[in-house]
Amino acid sequence: MTRIELKGAFAAPGYARGSVFMLDTGAAPPAASSLAGGEEDALRDFEAALNTARVGLETLCASLKDEAAEGIVEFQIAMLEDESVSDPARSAIKAGQGVEQAWRDAIQFLIDDYIASDDAYFRERASDLIDMRDRVVRALRGEAERAPPPGAILLGEDLSPTRFLSIDWSHGGGVALVGGSPTAHVAILARSKGVPLLVGLDAPPAGMGGEALLDAAAGRLIVEPNKADIDRFETCRQAAAQQAEEDAKGLKRPALTLGGARITIYVNAAAPEGLDSVDPEICDGIGLTRTEFLFDRGAGGALPGEEAQYAAYRKLVDWARGRPVTIRTLDAGGDKPIPGVTVDGEANPFLGVRGARLSLLRPDLFKIQLRAVLRAAADGPVKIMIPMVTAPEEMAQCRVLLEEARQELLSGGQAAGEAPLGMMVEVPAAAISIQDFDADFYSIGSNDLIQYVTACSRDSAGLTHLARADAPAVLELIGRVAAHGRAVGKEVSLCGDMAGDVRYTDLLLAAGLTALSMAPTAVAAVKGAIGRAREAA
Amino acid sequence: MDDTSTGAVLLTHKIGLHARPSVKLTKLAKRFDAKVELAADAAGPWIDAKSVNKVMQAKIPQNVTLQFRAEGAEAAAAVAALIALVEADFTDVQSA
Repeated sequence: MTRIELKGAFAAPGYARGSVFMLDTGAAPPAASSLAGGEEDALRDFEAALNTARVGLETLCASLKDEAAEGIVEFQIAMLEDESVSDPARSAIKAGQGVEQAWRDAIQFLIDDYIASDDAYFRERASDLIDMRDRVVRALRGEAERAPPPGAILLGEDLSPTRFLSIDWSHGGGVALVGGSPTAHVAILARSKGVPLLVGLDAPPAGMGGEALLDAAAGRLIVEPNKADIDRFETCRQAAAQQAEEDAKGLKRPALTLGGARITIYVNAAAPEGLDSVDPEICDGIGLTRTEFLFDRGAGGALPGEEAQYAAYRKLVDWARGRPVTIRTLDAGGDKPIPGVTVDGEANPFLGVRGARLSLLRPDLFKIQLRAVLRAAADGPVKIMIPMVTAPEEMAQCRVLLEEARQELLSGGQAAGEAPLGMMVEVPAAAISIQDFDADFYSIGSNDLIQYVTACSRDSAGLTHLARADAPAVLELIGRVAAHGRAVGKEVSLCGDMAGDVRYTDLLLAAGLTALSMAPTAVAAVKGAIGRAREAA
Repeated sequence: MDDTSTGAVLLTHKIGLHARPSVKLTKLAKRFDAKVELAADAAGPWIDAKSVNKVMQAKIPQNVTLQFRAEGAEAAAAVAALIALVEADFTDVQSA
């Protein structure tokens, strides 16, 4: 018995205690070709294996409730049914090659093609092809997919989405992978299923087994733990469970620090349907509406008109029942290109024409949005927030356009409400000289602020140690903006991922923030963390 | 004598013709009694619109005008249905 402690990167939260289950690598060499029966039999074996694999996937697909998951499985089914995928293998089998090798070669050709793509989306699909290949190989070998015992901790190089989905997680369990990344498909599935996941794990020694403890938040997997490990693990797990239960009770209560300071809790929204299952009682309003969703759906390239936008904003106002709804104007560009709107071919779109820069370049489009927002403001409290503001004159220009939009509405006999005009603070230049900006409120976009302050691209997995939310320079800028807001009596909130992450709640309160905007699912835990925070500045 | 039909439509879907839209498109194409092909350029190369593998391998990005051509008894209906699917942005297609 040797205790082994392995470190990994957090990808999905939770605790798991169970037996280690080593995942197959799928890279085993093909079984010796069984040519005894000749090509006829080989072809028949091949067709049977394709069929077994397809039936298996169809059964899996029927049991899924998640549309993204269905998409993955449907793609594999369609590929298995496609003769242009399997015909090269048939030809090779007819020419006398072993069935498994023929199939592997045929798929490898496709995998190589996908991996060579410039597009990350297509490169990632290679893992679907590997998954599909291995499913057929198992059918050829007559192997059933080894099902892990209930509650097991799966350990391996990687885990395919279909394999993840075919496992029964109702008895708990967890996953620790040597490969993978927090943004991989399996990580998204794990978070939605509540399965703890570590990625980038230290390579485990071969033939490991026995009991193991997985603590995702601590980034730790302990195999063959000693008594002290188990005691510590159970204490943490119970504390976390109690915490979650306790936090859930405070979900609809106002967020108060131990010192009694009231913290405003907003939720982040996009399409109104996303709030269908959220009770507005849990929050003080909407702190961020990502209006890009309206521009995603344009069929035939059409952009959403004033009526369509007004209808969506009106739904948010109705949902909020008198609470303020903050609508961020179009934040296109960067990683959110919109055909016919954003500038194509920028070498560095995150430093390009995005957010306010784009809106001011396209006042025709911007006005339509401002008119729709002002009309919604006639129905309930609405705030307008401008993204990516860099220089004070941009806010001045936005204010002029907003007033023009209001006059247009009024002279056309339409209702136009009053809407405070605020700015997002995500460009370091704006944070540093915040006193020069004429805004009715400020909201710190921490995701972009971190990226720009640390000069670390948001999608670069290798830079997570530098792109830290708690980097002193980031916290100093947050504190600076909060202090300015206090001095001039204007609200300062923070609406990036940091706001919903309880690891940072104390730091944000200490920096002087009194409003946070987060995903609705984070509200209970953040309110709990605020309730335990001793000081609000 | 078999009918032939052609048509074109702007592909607006995010990422372009990726897995989910490709599956929908090929499933729809297979319903028609016609040889159906698509291309990213009127000059070709033309791809079998009933093969998800071929359609995916073409890696057609967003903002390309998709060309369709069909030959067979239901050629016109096939082209019309495929254009309607793309125009509707593959309806319930998620950006999975």
